[in-house]
Amino acid sequence: MSVHRDDLGARIGMWLFLFTEMMLFGGLFLLYSAYRSMHPVEFHAAGEELNVALGVFNTLVLLTSSYTLALSLTAVEKGQAPLAKRLIAATILLGALFLVVKGFEWSAEFRHGIYPNSPGLLQRAPGVVLFYGLYFTMTGLHGLHIIAGMGLMSVALLKLAKGEVKKGHSIFLENVGLYWHLVDVIWIFLLPLFYLAA
Amino acid sequence: MNTNYLEPQGRGAVRDWILSTDHKRIGVMYLGVMLTMFWVAVLIGVLMRIEQLTMGPTLMTPAAYNAMFTVHGVIMIFLFVVPGLPAVFGNFMLPIMIGAKDVSFPRINLLSWYFFVIGGALAVASLFLGGGAPDTGWTFYVPFSLKTNTNVSLAVFAAFLLGFSSILTGINFITTIHRMRAPGMTWHRMPLFVWALYSTAWIQVIATPVIGITLLLVILERTFGIGVFDPAKGGDPVLYQHLFWIYSHPAVYVMIVPAMGAITEIIPTFARRTIFGYKAIAYSSIAIAAFGSLVWAHHMFTSGMGEIANTVFSLLTFIVAVPSAIKVFNWTATLYKGSTKMEPPMLYALSFIFLFCIGGLTGVMQGALALNVHLHDTYFIVGHFHYVMFGGTGFAFFAALLYWFPKMFGRTYDRRWAFASWPPMFIGFNILYGSMMMLGLQGMPRRYFDHLPQYHSLHVAATVGSWILVTGLAMYFTTLLRGLLHGAKAQANPWGSLTLEWTTSSPPPVENFDVIPTVEHSPYAYNPTRTS
Repeated sequence: MSVHRDDLGARIGMWLFLFTEMMLFGGLFLLYSAYRSMHPVEFHAAGEELNVALGVFNTLVLLTSSYTLALSLTAVEKGQAPLAKRLIAATILLGALFLVVKGFEWSAEFRHGIYPNSPGLLQRAPGVVLFYGLYFTMTGLHGLHIIAGMGLMSVALLKLAKGEVKKGHSIFLENVGLYWHLVDVIWIFLLPLFYLAA
Repeated sequence: MNTNYLEPQGRGAVRDWILSTDHKRIGVMYLGVMLTMFWVAVLIGVLMRIEQLTMGPTLMTPAAYNAMFTVHGVIMIFLFVVPGLPAVFGNFMLPIMIGAKDVSFPRINLLSWYFFVIGGALAVASLFLGGGAPDTGWTFYVPFSLKTNTNVSLAVFAAFLLGFSSILTGINFITTIHRMRAPGMTWHRMPLFVWALYSTAWIQVIATPVIGITLLLVILERTFGIGVFDPAKGGDPVLYQHLFWIYSHPAVYVMIVPAMGAITEIIPTFARRTIFGYKAIAYSSIAIAAFGSLVWAHHMFTSGMGEIANTVFSLLTFIVAVPSAIKVFNWTATLYKGSTKMEPPMLYALSFIFLFCIGGLTGVMQGALALNVHLHDTYFIVGHFHYVMFGGTGFAFFAALLYWFPKMFGRTYDRRWAFASWPPMFIGFNILYGSMMMLGLQGMPRRYFDHLPQYHSLHVAATVGSWILVTGLAMYFTTLLRGLLHGAKAQANPWGSLTLEWTTSSPPPVENFDVIPTVEHSPYAYNPTRTS
């Protein structure tokens, strides 16, 4: 088959994929709003138990990572491939930092006996069980997206090294950027819904 | 340059196929897998009918019966009717119909086929692995799907992968239609099958992720007990139903809209007349996609929603019938004063209109709140959706296969046998599902392993109908198989149709067109006075 290059087509395809991601999380947001309206007091109480400082710190980490990734695209377009590589690597490290912080939070919750189906959690009000059920599902699914994003950025690094991503041929990196920004935006919704619910 | 796409590509017979990113080969591979799965599910259906031939146990245990209707539903829905026309005829014809060499993302197209095959394999595996075949019905309703020890998680994961395959196809089609049209192929010169695929692709992209997350939650619930759907922990099973139908009702339109699109190609070809109401048909596809996304809760009128929700969803359900009716009227008006030629595809297309009208109107009946309470969970529902899904999508699939078979495989089939398969199919179909509707009106509940004496005679009739129907199906597929192996060479344009796929040779060359065509008129300009 003939090789066919269509950057706008690739961009359209990526945006359509982002729609599907929004609908995927949309189902969870729907559940969250339904259960929150059924159990407002319990959601408030459970939200107070989360570590707001760590949540906000992680938000800053992700926002910075979106910034470095956007800079890397500009660097590629200016023909500064080495700088672009360093910026992508920095983005991957920031993604890893996010996961480490998230890991500390989860393990602290586990130590307090809060995890899905835990005896301690099941003794509490149904609203709290639902809050943590959604919390672990949504932050967990979001974490998987962070890992996928880091994988995509590694591929972008590889393509940059091989010269497949270069000035005028940066659509792959641009699409990775779109994906990473969406993962970032989803977190920006998760922060108020869980950490600032109190 | 002129080698056709079926000729060896030099990588060996198997690898030529399973590594091919040619949209035509991918379409044919979908067809092969899909028809295999179709026959598995047909045979399961026949077994279920035999079980109902007598009162009391006939062939199987009640648990086996539960597994049978679950697997029949899962295979038919996720592996045949949903992917049906888009994955086979969409993949094969869409690029050619808009004058392109391939879809926008050929490799993703192949990837979607792999997801489809792996999903299909897992669905079949869930029947045989320890734990036993899933017994929840294809809807996987909680809380039962959380409690049963059968292979629900595996079947649900299979459905998740099939959904992902469907999403990738949808993304590919939307992008292709936006970006790959030949010069002069304006939106209003696109064949209406392409319009139908476009609307369908949007539903696939927007709605499918919702079932994706819902099914993932069922797996998480079964594995970790997160509680969001478990009433014992405060979860609300009705919310599961909402999320399930937010996808699964629009999915009904994923099944039927491409079928309508194929019918819209066949009717003007054999009526030798321009399509009546081109724009009305094109935009009614979009309208179905839009309104069809807002009617999901009519599956839940007896689940205990509020009065206002019930009323709104009832009203929207009546509204969504309008664009479907627009299409039916337009097909009829196209036939009026046409020079109709009765060929096998036309016969099946006309029976589609008849059967779809019955299926559609009985659907509108169920939108009425009072009647719905009486009909809910009865055989009437089963009869209704088989009229839509089998009488509608199924017959359209058979019509489309007869229509495009010479183009896809470069061979002709025996048209007398294609005609002869129709009476047993059509008569058997109506006996089978007509009896089911009557049973439902009399109160026969669906998904029951056994029946009471007052339902016996209609159950016998339905079972006999299933045998006639299967005979017709066997004749139909034997005819096509014989055509495939021994048929005479097909002409490039055996039906005298005007859409672009008929301007290529049969079967089409690897690159579809030696020179990308320039489009100067509507695809249905049979009548020289109307060429816009």
